[in-house]
This record gives sequence, C-alpha cells and structure tokens, in this order.
Amino acid sequence: MRTLFFLLRKEFRQIFRDKSILAMIFIMPSIQLIIMPLAANYDVKNINLAVVDNDHSSYSRRLIAKVGSSGYFRLAAYAPSFRQGLRLVEDNKADLVLEIPNGFERNLVREGSQQLSLAVDAINGTRASLGGAYLTRIIADFNQGIRLEWQSPPSAATIDIASSNWYNPLGEYRFFMVPAILVLLLTMVGGFLTALNIVREKEIGTIEQINVSPIQKWQFILGKMIPFWILGMIVFTIGLIIARVLYGIIPVGSLPTLYLFAGVYLVALLGFGLLISTYSETQLQAMFVAFFFIMIFILMSGLFTSLDSMPPWARYIAYCSPVTHFIEVVRMIVLKGSGLADVSRQLGYEVIFAVVLNTWAILNYHKTT
Amino acid sequence: MKQLLVFIRKEFYHVFRDRRTLLILFGLPTAQILLFGFALSSEVKDVNLAVVDFAKDNASQQIISRLQASTRFRLQRSLLSYSEMETAFRRNTIKAALVIPTNFNRDLLHTGRGQLQIIADASDPNAATTITNYLTAIVGDYQQELNQAAGALPYQIVPETRMLYNPDMNGSLNFIPGVLALVLMIVCTTLTSVAIVREKELGTMEILLVSPFRPLLVLIAKAVPYLVLSLLDFTLILLLSVFVLNVAIQGSVVLLYVVSTVFIISCLSLGLLISNVTASQQVAMLASMMGMMLPTLLFTGFMFPLENLPGPLRLVPNIVPSHWYYLVVKAIMLKGLGFEAVWKETLILGLMAVVLLGISLRNFKIRLT
Repeated sequence: MRTLFFLLRKEFRQIFRDKSILAMIFIMPSIQLIIMPLAANYDVKNINLAVVDNDHSSYSRRLIAKVGSSGYFRLAAYAPSFRQGLRLVEDNKADLVLEIPNGFERNLVREGSQQLSLAVDAINGTRASLGGAYLTRIIADFNQGIRLEWQSPPSAATIDIASSNWYNPLGEYRFFMVPAILVLLLTMVGGFLTALNIVREKEIGTIEQINVSPIQKWQFILGKMIPFWILGMIVFTIGLIIARVLYGIIPVGSLPTLYLFAGVYLVALLGFGLLISTYSETQLQAMFVAFFFIMIFILMSGLFTSLDSMPPWARYIAYCSPVTHFIEVVRMIVLKGSGLADVSRQLGYEVIFAVVLNTWAILNYHKTT
Repeated sequence: MKQLLVFIRKEFYHVFRDRRTLLILFGLPTAQILLFGFALSSEVKDVNLAVVDFAKDNASQQIISRLQASTRFRLQRSLLSYSEMETAFRRNTIKAALVIPTNFNRDLLHTGRGQLQIIADASDPNAATTITNYLTAIVGDYQQELNQAAGALPYQIVPETRMLYNPDMNGSLNFIPGVLALVLMIVCTTLTSVAIVREKELGTMEILLVSPFRPLLVLIAKAVPYLVLSLLDFTLILLLSVFVLNVAIQGSVVLLYVVSTVFIISCLSLGLLISNVTASQQVAMLASMMGMMLPTLLFTGFMFPLENLPGPLRLVPNIVPSHWYYLVVKAIMLKGLGFEAVWKETLILGLMAVVLLGISLRNFKIRLT
C-alpha cells in the first residue's frame, strides 16, 4: 500500500510538472466542447434550391413561394435553364434543382396531370434524400390545396396524425450531440494519455529503474491508472458543467448513476490505453494504435450514425466497444432520465470490459525485456 | 544534392524500421473505408417500433401489416399500455411508438376521420423526424388506398426525381472523399509532428545541429519519406474505393494525384510546424491527434452540413486544409469535373503549404541559434 502511495505521488508530480500536458488535458477538451456542438449540427434546413421556372404562371409562382416559405429551403437562384441550374449544383451552390416545365398550369387544368422534375445532388445522401422528401411533401401539400380550390370538399376518409416528440420536444440537435461529444473527449484524453504513458518510460529508459525495483506489476499498473482516472473524472465534471452553463443541458436522471457509470467506463478505457502501451515500442506506435482503435470506436459508436442501420456483423463489433455503451447510456440518463435498472445491462458490459482489459494489461506487462 | 539524398535515405530507414506503425498506416484507411462502405449509413432502417393497439380492429390490423411489410421498422407488438411504452423508451428498446385508439375503424367509417398518434424519441431529433415521416407516409398510403374506390384523384402533380451523380444512392459515395481528407490530414500531420521533436527528446538533435545541413534541407529530408508513404496510402484508398466499394473515378486520375500531393505537402508542413513549437513527443502527438481529429471531422464538411455553422464559425472551414481538399476530390472523383473547376481550391492548398512551411522554417532557425 505504501509503495502504491509513493508511486502515485511520483506520477502526479510527473503530470503536474508538464504544464503543456495539463493544458491538453483540461483546456483542449473544454474548448472543443464549447465549440464542437455548434458545428455538429445535422439539422437539415437551409437546403439550397435552384429554381428553373419555364412556365412563369401564377401557379408556378405560388408553388415557388410555398417552397420558399417552408423554412427548409433557401432559394439559391433562379436559373434561366436547366443546364444553368446544373452548373450551380456543380459549383456546390445548390443542392437541388426544381424545374417547372413550360405549360405547367395549362396542362394541370386541362389534362388533370402534370409532371415536375427534381434533380438532387445525391452525393450527400442525407441532405439529398431528406431534401427530396421535404420538397415532395410540399408539392403534395400544394397539390392538395389546388384540388380543394377546384373541387367541392371531398367525402373521402382522412386519418389525422398527431405526432409528439418526447425527451426533446423542440428537436434541438445539441441535446443529442453534447453528451456524446463529452464522451468522445473523455475517451480521447483518457485513451491517448494512458496509451502514451508506459511506452514513454520505455522510450526514455526510466522504466528500467522501475523494473529493477521491488514494485509489483499490479502496483505499477494501478499507479499509472489512478491519476488518470482522477483526471478523467475531473474532465467529465468540467464537461457536465459546460453542458449545463452553456447549453442548458441538465441531466434528467440521477447524477450518482451517471458518475458510477463514468467511473467504471474510465477504468475500462484506461485499461485499454495501458494495454496498448504495454504492446508498443515507441510513442508514435502507441499513438497510432490508439488512434486506430479510437477512430473505429467513435465511428461505430452510434455517435454519428444509428446502430440500427448497421448490418448485424457491424453491430456486434460496435457492442464490443466500451464507447458505444457509454454514449448510449449518457444520452439515456441525461435526456430521458433512465435509472440504474434501465442501464444495468450496459453497466454489466462495462464491468466486463474493465476486468478483461486490465487483467490483460497486467499480464502483458513484463518486468524484463 | 548528394548530401540531401543520403539524408533522405537515412530518414527512410527510420520510417521503414518501424513495422508496426507502417502496418497501422495502411490498416487504418483500409478499416475506415470498409466501415464506411459497409457498416455505416445515415439511412434509417430496422427501427424498433412499438404499436400500442387499443383498437384491435380491421383498420388497425391493416396498418400493422403494412408496417410489418416495411423494412424500415422492426415491430414490437407485445406492448399493451402507455406505461409499458414509457419503460421501453427509457430502456432504449424502442425509438418510436404508434398509438391506435379504441374505435379507430368505427370512427373512420362513420365520421370519415380517424386519429392516430405517433410518439418519437426525439433525443435523436433527425431520426425522430425521419421516422415520423416514414410512418406518416405509410399511413398516407393506406388512406389513399381506402379512397381509391372513389376513383383516381384529379389534378395530379407528379414530381419526378433524378439523383445526380449517384443514381443508385450508394451511401459510401459521400464518405470516400471525406475519409480520404480525414485520414490523410491526421496521418500526415501526426507523422511529421514527431519528426523533429523526437530528435530533441532523444538527444540526437545535437548531431543535426552541428552538421552542415541547412534547415530547409533538414525539413525536406524529414518530409520526403512521409510524402511517399502518404501517396501510397492515398493509392490504397483509391484502389479500395474502386475495386471494393465500386465507386468509379469520373474525372482525371492524374489531376487527383497532383492535388493530393499538394494537400499532403500542406499537411506535412503543418506537422513540421507542430514539431517545431512543441517540447515533447507526447505534446506534439496530442496536439496533432486530439487537437485535429474532431475539428477535421466536423469542419471538413462530409459529416455535418457546414451551412449550419453559426456566425463566425462559418469562417473556420476556410483555414482547414481538408475542407478544400474534400471539395476538390468530390468534384474530380465523383462529378468528373476538370482543372478549371478546382484550380482555386488547389491554389489555396498550395498557398497553405508555402505559408506553413515558411513559418516552420523560421521557427526552426530560431532554435538553431
């Protein structure tokens, strides 16, 4: 126990001596948490629309006005021809081209049917499909309006749909992103720092002194882990404060549950970092291995894309990452007020990760090279 | 000149000795391309949906069987009450619920109006909107079919949608330029960020300082092996996209290589700059990885629409090299545009390289004296 205490004192001194590392640990995540949620906004609005109106009739003008006032679209330009509209798409100035053909109004009245053409820049999948869907819906609405004008009220059956959005009634994207970004930052700080830690001593040569000392393996690993665990919890707390003060996100669920989960998660994550460190020979190696895994963890975590839309094999990989469960749980507790019982399955996973990764790291740390 | 070649050869040895880092360098883009290509999509499908069916009549059965037929939803029908539904939301086992009230069919037949309620978990606002849209469309189809008896609807506006550049809606199309930009940016910057600081930390810098090399030559010699590596990395990603993900290169491959070289040089210069101003490998790597990863992910433009950036943040992508590169790759690779469409972006990347290299050179000189 005394040995561990001395080790801890040494580690803390080492961390606090290097002011630039301290800045990396505390200031960088804070700044990123302040700025990132503003950028990670997937609200699909302000879709740039180029309109080619070949009809210039009162109906075509009404349709355009309706599209413009929907709040989703911004009329980027009126193009004189479809070709010119396409040029705007090529230059990234428009996402969609709506072409109203010559004789639109006349055909609609006389023949009862008229086509409109939409050209969507389909490279950007979400924007394209959502934009196309919005526009189609607005056109359908407009269509309905015309029908009501020209026909007596229909006797057909209608189904009214009342939709309500729970847990985030205004549909604000930051409520979804801020908790996840907090997890991300914590993961990067914890993962990268611990991954670099042991290998640094190897590279500089100081690990020899520890190896010849009577320090036990587990003491050494614990000595490396506890300081970063404490730093991680502080970063997490700072993050929660920023989320609250700046973004008005107050966890609906209980804070102790959140902290319990964060605590267990950090043990798992730090174990992972140390494991990488014991396998690496240079800091550059450790960094790239950590980057490799953390990048995959992040991409597969459900942070940016939904887990539901992944094929089964990918979902299994995603479940094998501690990050996935933590992001899910932080969103659950913070936004929905889920309790300990609701997240017990995920907590179980984290405990398993923590035990396996740390045992592995201790076993893989050899005192002789 | 001969000196330079010898020096470059020495640096090559350094780089190629570290097999593990090399493995990661090529493993990382491979894994990312495969993940983006096969595992990640922003599409909404297989959403867990609960139907709370209080009606249990003919009409509700009809709607339920339509939902079952859709691949968008996975139906959970065992839920019988509101409270069960709430628990399911808190446990994260459902994303949305459709509530069908008692007497749904009778109301529809007698009064011509039926009421449905959609409840969506809006902690993920985009998913909630999309799910609500899909559900509304399915119910709308059903309603249309009910009304089919009254004959075809008059005054029909039929939107005809064309998907430009990506008729099959291949989801990986948008990601490939993004992954290229992201991987090259992070890998190049991190690689060179340790190049100089490593020598400082290990003490070999002294030897360099007393050698007759000019600072510029030192920087060039350090950067050349990484340029070669990065171009190999780039080639690998291109091959994977074409042969594994079936994304054809529409434009000129030569042009693509030219622009990529310019982009890589600007990233390498950024790395050298970081290497010059930091005191330890640890700080250099944390700065280049942790400091760059999120901003690159967010400001490149392939994850989140840059149009949503608020006020001054909208200027940030302009100083992020990967943003310009992403635009160029999209234009050349996917849209098949030529040099006249991308010269501006290429010029900006070139200027960035010159400026960054200039600054690092100045910093390097200062350290020499």
